[in-house]
Amino acid sequence: MKKRKSLLLSVVSVMLVFLLSGCEMAELVVFNPKGPQAEKILDLINWSLVWIGLIMVVVIALFVYIVWKYRARPDNADYEPPQEKGNHLVEIIWTAIPFIIVVILMVPTVTTLFDLEEVPAGYEDQEPLVIHATSADWKWIFSYPEQNIETINYVNIPVNRPVLFKLTSAGTMQSFWIPALSGQKYTMAKMETELYIVADHEGSYFGRNSNFNGKGFKEMEFEVLAQSPQDFDKWVKEVQEKAPKLTEEMYAEKLKPSHLGRETFSNTHLEWVDHADHHAKEYLNPELYRVHGYPGKTFTDENNDIDNDTENSDHHHGGDHSGH
Amino acid sequence: MDIKWDKILITGDPLILGSQIAIVLTMVGIVVGLTYFKKWKYLWSEWLTSVDHKRIGIMYIIMGVLMFFRGGVDGLMMKAQTAVPENTFLDAQHYNEVFTTHGVIMILFMAMPMLIGIINIAMPLQIGARDVAFPQLNLLSFWLTFAGAMLFNLSFVVGGSPDAGWTSYFPLAGKEFTPGIGNNFYMVALQIAGIGTLMSGINFIVTIMKMRAPGMKLMRMPMFSWTTLITSLIIVIAFPIFTVALLLGTMDRIFGTHFFTVADGGLDMLWANLFWLWGHPEVYIVILPAFGIYSEVVATFSKKRLYGYTSMVMAIVVISALSMLVWVHHFYTMGVGPAVNSVFSITTMAIAVPTGIKMFNWLFTMRKGRIEFTAPMMWTLAFIPTFLIGGVTGVMLGMAAADFQYHNTLFLVAHFHYTLIPGVVYAVFAALYYWWPKVFGFKLNERIGKWHFWLFNIGFNLTFFPMFFLGLQGAARRMYTYSEESGLWPLYALSAVGAIFLAAGFAALCYNIYWSIRYEKRTTENDPWGTARTLEWATATPVPHYNFAVVPEVTDVDAYWEMKKNKDNFALDPNKIKPIHMPSNSGLPVYMGAAFLIAGFFLVFEWIPLAAISAFLIFAGMIKRSFEYDDGYYVPVEEIIEKERTWRGDSKWKAK
Repeated sequence: MKKRKSLLLSVVSVMLVFLLSGCEMAELVVFNPKGPQAEKILDLINWSLVWIGLIMVVVIALFVYIVWKYRARPDNADYEPPQEKGNHLVEIIWTAIPFIIVVILMVPTVTTLFDLEEVPAGYEDQEPLVIHATSADWKWIFSYPEQNIETINYVNIPVNRPVLFKLTSAGTMQSFWIPALSGQKYTMAKMETELYIVADHEGSYFGRNSNFNGKGFKEMEFEVLAQSPQDFDKWVKEVQEKAPKLTEEMYAEKLKPSHLGRETFSNTHLEWVDHADHHAKEYLNPELYRVHGYPGKTFTDENNDIDNDTENSDHHHGGDHSGH
Repeated sequence: MDIKWDKILITGDPLILGSQIAIVLTMVGIVVGLTYFKKWKYLWSEWLTSVDHKRIGIMYIIMGVLMFFRGGVDGLMMKAQTAVPENTFLDAQHYNEVFTTHGVIMILFMAMPMLIGIINIAMPLQIGARDVAFPQLNLLSFWLTFAGAMLFNLSFVVGGSPDAGWTSYFPLAGKEFTPGIGNNFYMVALQIAGIGTLMSGINFIVTIMKMRAPGMKLMRMPMFSWTTLITSLIIVIAFPIFTVALLLGTMDRIFGTHFFTVADGGLDMLWANLFWLWGHPEVYIVILPAFGIYSEVVATFSKKRLYGYTSMVMAIVVISALSMLVWVHHFYTMGVGPAVNSVFSITTMAIAVPTGIKMFNWLFTMRKGRIEFTAPMMWTLAFIPTFLIGGVTGVMLGMAAADFQYHNTLFLVAHFHYTLIPGVVYAVFAALYYWWPKVFGFKLNERIGKWHFWLFNIGFNLTFFPMFFLGLQGAARRMYTYSEESGLWPLYALSAVGAIFLAAGFAALCYNIYWSIRYEKRTTENDPWGTARTLEWATATPVPHYNFAVVPEVTDVDAYWEMKKNKDNFALDPNKIKPIHMPSNSGLPVYMGAAFLIAGFFLVFEWIPLAAISAFLIFAGMIKRSFEYDDGYYVPVEEIIEKERTWRGDSKWKAK
């Protein structure tokens, strides 16, 4: 028994050394918030860790004590344990205490939930900057309706000003997540969800889709750059003046399943489609999602086929585009 | 109907080609072996068509072990792929298929069959029954589960694997974004297996309600049978939801309806809601029997009555009710608003209370006991601290506001592996070691068992503990690779090292089974552990096919413990033996499994005319069954007396 324990100990310590020497390990981004929303969540997490730590210590101490004290030994071979049925008082106590801990954790959870839906305290007097974040396979499209500009795979925001992200998707369901600034929220086609964010430090933050959505999922990242208001205004102006215009044909091309680099435009796709609208036009390209394996039928509405169908016509996978 | 013959087999991937060759060789090997040793008839009449609940249980467990292997290989491939940054061992598509099949197989074709197998073996014995209520239906359940599993497993060599995750979220899983037939396998195979599971649920409920031994009131039932009852109730309530969801998904994918599509007003969140309305209760379907197993093991090897029996029963009833009321916590991030999220946070965290009650009751069962560190007890002991980690991180995830940072990350993945592996897999191991001698007449070796235990435990913690931190570093789940600059690799690499230990642990279990079959000492002792408490230990080892010569009278929770105390009650009076009515074997369930497999296969490939024709095979089987008038047979008294006399010897035999 002893030998095994020391073996276990040495394995663990080797792992620890390995861990600590693991040079450039990523920071725990959730524990290093750069805005009030992420801070609020971190406060809640820390509060939960205190109580959970307490539970762990008590239960594991009890476990070790009981298993050690009442273990079978050669010298207690004829010990006949008492056949106890239980004890109401003890059972009520260990029902009540977890219940109280649940309440202690519940109250701040509910208040945080309501807080996160609003402009963070201290920033209420400012008009939030509205940015539409549209997710598509496999890129992020950010539209600034007021500034009439659009970016792909990066988003610049002014520091210390609330930003209201209006989230939607052009296709699959995705999750918008900037861990340093706030928790995540889903983007869904023909739906709109909202997320308030404030960055209170200038800097570049990592954002990504965290909800699996097919082959290009891993690359669905974007950069959030929190700039001083002056820099932000300068950047907006520059984009308005220099960036090219986006057309609907270009846009339809970009919505095809692909990876794009950073792109910038001096107008927004909201001119012709808002994917959050329940009757929004669809830009679906099922044929472009073919992978190995047996091809199944696809069912596309003809009136929605804004793409040229010609490219697939000679290898019509899965037989007829029946029904139309 | 347009069949593209050249596209049926997956080609062009060396890994898959290797599997295809291996599968063909294995099949040939099995056929040749059975023919050479002339075992076809034995296999058919003693096993495949057997309605004996113990044999069905064994078949379920064999299937579970095979699926554990398949799901485990999937897991190892994922760990190999993510061990180093920018790895090219698997591409994105292949990785997506691997994690999808890993999840589906581990939950539905490993955990469920293992537990249903263990229930099949132990529950009828524990309540003093001679079989389940509907023996032939029981066999049908097995064959449908098996057909579903085979259809699902076919996918990676024929037609293409499902690749939308085990949750198969729409619209991704719809034809708009996954136009191949891979996800048809998911919809159809799980439907077939699900029908089997639903039948098992009904079967177990009726068995427990109608076939308990005289004197066994519900509140005298062993805890494992109690958890079986509640689990079966959840199955009967939750599985129909999945049946409907899968049906709608099948319609969307094969016939072009718009329940969950982006186009024409489909609602993708409807799938998520329906899926988790089944999916969360499903978690408790697998975890409650595990709780039952631990309750039996902990009492046996502490030599003590289960502490707080009544509160344990209440706890599982409360857990089962709450399990139906928490499904939204799987998508707090959907944006339904703080009020809804608050409600579901409360119900979710409330589950911690009855689970805590169970934890403390187990601890207090051991208190003042005499704890023996046998293999089943070791797994039970390891379960307590590891499941505690799973439980408290579950509370953290249940706090909706905090979940916004954990959701869809490896923190979540670590959490549910910390609940499902200690909560289910450890329990399955404990149950295998515990009931093995009862079923086969020899124990699994304890020394190799210790190797299995330590390798698996070290491996498990090493694999999954780092994932909590990876999640907090911002690593999303289901990413097939990551960049070197992300700084994620040390923990990913550590986790991959752990997976090697896990695999070694599983290998040790397989070796243990092999070694014990060959060399372990045989026993006919009815209570080989010496401290057993429940009825299954009151009959011969291995158990005769009729289970009990005379159905025992029950006066207390621990029926066999009581018998041991009043030695007189345990002796058998041969005058009380009467002919025993038993059900006949049936080949029909095998046929039905095959019919479902064929029809399912055609449906998956969207060959509708062929599927429709083969659906008649299913109806033909049902009609055949309606005209069967087999009332079973009687085991003659002489045969029973001879069997009972042999194992009991003189001391347990009251000759008059």
